[in-house]
Amino acid sequence: MSPDYELPTNEAAYSFGFLDEYAKREVRRCILKAISIPGYQTPYASREMPMGRGFGTGGLQVTLSLIGSNDTLKVIDQGADDSVNAVSLRHFVELTCPGIDTTERTEEATLIQSRHRIPETPLTEAQVLVLQVPYPDPLVLVEPSEVRRKVMHGEGDYSRLLTKLYEDLVHFDEITIAHRYPTRINGHYVIDPSPIPRYDVPLLHQSKALVLLGAGREKKIYAVPPYTNAEPLVFDDVPFRTEDFDDASGKRRACARCGATDSFLDEIIQQGDAPTRWQCSDSDYCNQQLAQRQAMTKVNA
Amino acid sequence: MGYVAIKGGGRAIEGSHAAVEALRTAEGEAGTPLSLSTIEHQLRLLTSRVVSEGGLYHPRLAALAIKQMQGDTLEAAFALRAYRSTKPRLLEMPVQDTANMRLVRRISSAFKDIPGGQMLGPTYDYALRLMRMDLADESPQAFRSVAKRFRQAQPEADLPNSFPKVLDALRSDGLLPPLTQHAVEAFDITREPLVFPVPRSAALATMARAETGSLLAIAYSNMRGYGDVHPTIAELRVGYLPVMLPHPVTGELIEAGEVLMTECEVVAMYEGSDNDGPPVFTLGYGACFGHNEVKAIAMAILDRALQKGMRDGPSNPSEDPEFVLLHVDGVDSMGFASHYKMPHYVTFQSDMDRLRTTQEKATSSEAISSEPTGTQGVRA
Repeated sequence: MSPDYELPTNEAAYSFGFLDEYAKREVRRCILKAISIPGYQTPYASREMPMGRGFGTGGLQVTLSLIGSNDTLKVIDQGADDSVNAVSLRHFVELTCPGIDTTERTEEATLIQSRHRIPETPLTEAQVLVLQVPYPDPLVLVEPSEVRRKVMHGEGDYSRLLTKLYEDLVHFDEITIAHRYPTRINGHYVIDPSPIPRYDVPLLHQSKALVLLGAGREKKIYAVPPYTNAEPLVFDDVPFRTEDFDDASGKRRACARCGATDSFLDEIIQQGDAPTRWQCSDSDYCNQQLAQRQAMTKVNA
Repeated sequence: MGYVAIKGGGRAIEGSHAAVEALRTAEGEAGTPLSLSTIEHQLRLLTSRVVSEGGLYHPRLAALAIKQMQGDTLEAAFALRAYRSTKPRLLEMPVQDTANMRLVRRISSAFKDIPGGQMLGPTYDYALRLMRMDLADESPQAFRSVAKRFRQAQPEADLPNSFPKVLDALRSDGLLPPLTQHAVEAFDITREPLVFPVPRSAALATMARAETGSLLAIAYSNMRGYGDVHPTIAELRVGYLPVMLPHPVTGELIEAGEVLMTECEVVAMYEGSDNDGPPVFTLGYGACFGHNEVKAIAMAILDRALQKGMRDGPSNPSEDPEFVLLHVDGVDSMGFASHYKMPHYVTFQSDMDRLRTTQEKATSSEAISSEPTGTQGVRA
């Protein structure tokens, strides 16, 4: 035996698709249950993945359990395909699921895994959106114990959450929840829609695409099935408000790159005295708008 | 041009991996790559920690993980755990009898003399923590002769293969409740999520692969006063446990191998029993892969605390199953702490929106209310 021989490599090799088939089947069963009870946090075993808990392991297990060789996958983080974590997750799926296609174009994807954003391009019935979830339970804002939260969900008791919203109005004259806005699904369970901005919450309502939410560390899967009501928790006389991209004069800011005035913008601080730049957070949408604008300019010229 | 932080993510990751690898090999010409055997033997306690927290008894793979992660126990245990999660579950193990352990060390702090005798074995407990300068420049020749000389100096082994358990003596004296055989299936934490309340077997399994420091911190809170376990170590043993598995054809139990493990049984002050029987001591149990005594002791104390919490309701964090079991896993806690390093541009944008709106409202309402109170020198 070679003196360098320390570990038989076949012993340590990884299996196809990373998760074994039993694990994938378990996840798929939980997904079915989650779809059947819209907004219910379905517990599942949640395997350890080779990236950190909190880096999208819940979404990834959902994606790996659903993906087949005829699927086209898009992975985004903060709306961008080229964000470090999106690159890392896409690379991992490519590595472990040979034969699948990946894309950056929203409309080409059959499966979209995302962190913190829903794509600007409207999704279709043929698409599944998988959102990565750090905190699956909106009640964690008001109740640390999972046992007690489970009872509150069962009884549809969201009074303490409403009280928190009311107290915000008393203290600040505004509801201060920025993202992860509590949203009632199908008239019963209130979910944490993952840390998407409030801007994206209306996209969940009557969505054509199936939306699956996977929390790996907290071991929960829940769903917003297609054509299901998703209503942010508000009061009758206090309307739900999304992020405001108006400048001081009340004019809607446009993306500095593509000129779009109908997208969620990232604020990019510039060096020195240069004015702050605003740019689309959804990189695919931005590219498409830019291409359209360039095509128009060409036609006009 | 914008998007600096996002564009080129793929290249940045590649560059970062190369930089990590460069640091691992930074010794350059003078360096020798660590062999897995060296890590497994010379860093045996580190390897122990990783097999236990990784939840997979594979010291050689653990050594590889330690080498790859450059000594980070959390990362190494994580790599082992992620590897383990790709393996299907083959069978449910029958109950293993730790009385059959081939012992390296066993002590009892409850009795001066125990059946089979105390066996101090390898421990730092009574070592002076003085720096041993002779190790700083150890010659390979001297290094290689130490273990050999130790073995030669040992008397021909007349040690029995196994030792009786101290608890058995206490039990036969009626100081502990008699053993009841529970035919309940053990809770498999790798296949089922913890939905509270959970059985004790789920708690024990969770703690057995918990992160040592986390377990110790919560157990320490109980020892110091946020709890009431006053434990006495009835027995702490370290040794090799023969693993008995059913033969795939005959179903007969055969020894499939052995695992190094640490086991601790603490006896705590008695409580009035629920039924009419006489009061007896209560027990806490801790066990983990590898040689890690602090972890086994901490686990035993927490097991006792959690049993109390499960029965009477928790009066301290260490007695609350949800608090303890959801916060001791190293893979979970380190992953979540690390995830804050990822981009949060969108959520932060959303946070700024809320703050600015609230600030504007505050300024405009101040402007109105400050007129009458402006002269009174009220400080905000």
